[in-house]
Amino acid sequence: MSAAADPHAAPRELREDQCHVFALIPEGARVLDLGCGDGALLAALVERRGVRGHGVEIDDARILDCVRRGLSVVHEDIDEGLAVHPDKSCDYVILSQTLQATRHPKRLLHKMARVGHASVVSFPNFGHWRVRLSLLLRGRMPKSRALPYEWYDTPNIHLCTLADFDDLVRAEGFAVERRILLNGRGNPMRSSLFAGWRASAAIYLLRPTAP
Amino acid sequence: MADGASGADVGVVETRFAELFTAADPLRLDSGATLGPVTLAYETYGTLAPDRGNAVLICHALTGDAHVAGVHADTDKVGWWDDFVGPGRVFDTDKHFVVCSNVIAGCSGSTGPGSLNPATGRAYGLDFPMVTTGDMVRAQRALVAHLGIPRLRAVVGGSVGGMQALQWALDYPDVVGSCVVVASTTRLSAQNIAFNAVSRQAIMSDPDFHDGRYTEHDVVPHRGLATARMMAHITYLSEEGLQLKFGRSLQDRDRVSYGFDRDFAVESYLHHQGSKFVRRFDANTYLYLTKAMDYFDPFPDAATAARALAPVTSDFLVCSFSSDWRFDSSRSMELVEVLLRHDKHVAFQEFTTPLGHDAFLLDVPPYKATLKAFLDRRAEVP
Repeated sequence: MSAAADPHAAPRELREDQCHVFALIPEGARVLDLGCGDGALLAALVERRGVRGHGVEIDDARILDCVRRGLSVVHEDIDEGLAVHPDKSCDYVILSQTLQATRHPKRLLHKMARVGHASVVSFPNFGHWRVRLSLLLRGRMPKSRALPYEWYDTPNIHLCTLADFDDLVRAEGFAVERRILLNGRGNPMRSSLFAGWRASAAIYLLRPTAP
Repeated sequence: MADGASGADVGVVETRFAELFTAADPLRLDSGATLGPVTLAYETYGTLAPDRGNAVLICHALTGDAHVAGVHADTDKVGWWDDFVGPGRVFDTDKHFVVCSNVIAGCSGSTGPGSLNPATGRAYGLDFPMVTTGDMVRAQRALVAHLGIPRLRAVVGGSVGGMQALQWALDYPDVVGSCVVVASTTRLSAQNIAFNAVSRQAIMSDPDFHDGRYTEHDVVPHRGLATARMMAHITYLSEEGLQLKFGRSLQDRDRVSYGFDRDFAVESYLHHQGSKFVRRFDANTYLYLTKAMDYFDPFPDAATAARALAPVTSDFLVCSFSSDWRFDSSRSMELVEVLLRHDKHVAFQEFTTPLGHDAFLLDVPPYKATLKAFLDRRAEVP
């Protein structure tokens, strides 16, 4: 894998976790960004890293944003589809802050592995100490900067902890090629000591282990 | 406004005519036959830029014509996509030079079965050679050259027009910057062909059809053509749309007649559509154009698709509508799939509306916004 770029070189309009995803993708890679939103990350990758990229988005207004940016984007529900994307048609399939909002996260990881050679998955860690403490002390579903919703109207229907995700990818035959842990301020953690408690979010680079 | 809902009219326009092929230098058709002379009726809106790089070609659908926008001084007739074309609109004439021509085999000024056959001195009728979507596009290519346009910023079409736009991208990759395919398909399904077959049967079984020589008998097969239109019109609307518009309301009466009068409003509406259509459209043209639709199939197999798409450099916008069952969203997704398989740049959006297939012609604000954004972007990026 080519040397990762400096996340600080990412455009300012990107979210913290997107900056790290941006830095993970090598120059000229072929990328599929699932749940690409307004296309900020994809546009940055296309313009600054020469990436050949496509996006998938379900929201009309956000597709319009993508079209304004001149992006290749398919209006699709990632839980339903991805059928239009050919096998191994890209190097990286990105799923940033979306896994927890899908109906079938496990199935989706396999679909991503069908379309791409590697997967980049970022998600909020439900095991972060603030979340645990909040539940322990308040006795109510935790809310935070990363998880701002009420339990009854949250799109996040499949939240998990780092340990949960580690179990899933191991069981489903993925190797974790790289893992970036972000602390509560969105900065990368230098040590992974007590990561399950300290990380507020994580970015995984996954590759299927040989069949 | 950004959504293209406002903007101004293009005002008074006129249809012009270009003789593009002659008997000595005819148009060569996919069937092997030749056609000459060939005249295309066309209209333009906006101004061709000094670098001639701002042209956008619109391809009309089955029963459309060259009169997209503006008003004809003599008839007061307003164009079929008037609210899409003009300064500040979807096709922003401050940015683009917009061109549309009536297809060959058409009946609105371009050479078609109603034209004079130089070999016989009579109208062609069914002696008119069978034309394909490729032939229509070849004739349009000649018009574009005739207008001194080296490269098209975009080719845009809905329904059958979308098939032409796709054909353009495949046949003239060096000419087409962007390709917009709306409410269309890469091939007709058996059901689509079945509808066309019944339409043609309605026309050809009309006693006034006279093997296509009806004008020589001073009649038109109006019952057959109207029936064809009435049936086709049902397929342009959604069940929900018809229900919303008419439901079971009765037409000019309080109770049903217990007879075969037009009891229901929807019956009356369809009859009105049929008789209005007969006044403006030619039965033979309907036969030829539906047949060209049936034949359209640029990607019959994987190898042909690969060959056809290899030289294509344009980017694509593909749009579909949730309640369109004539060419539903899955048909657009088939196009998206083949484009992605060959690594093309494609934006696809399905718009939620009860307006059915006809939505592509209508004021669906998110659709207009996306179409405008795509075309405006093309104006910025050479």
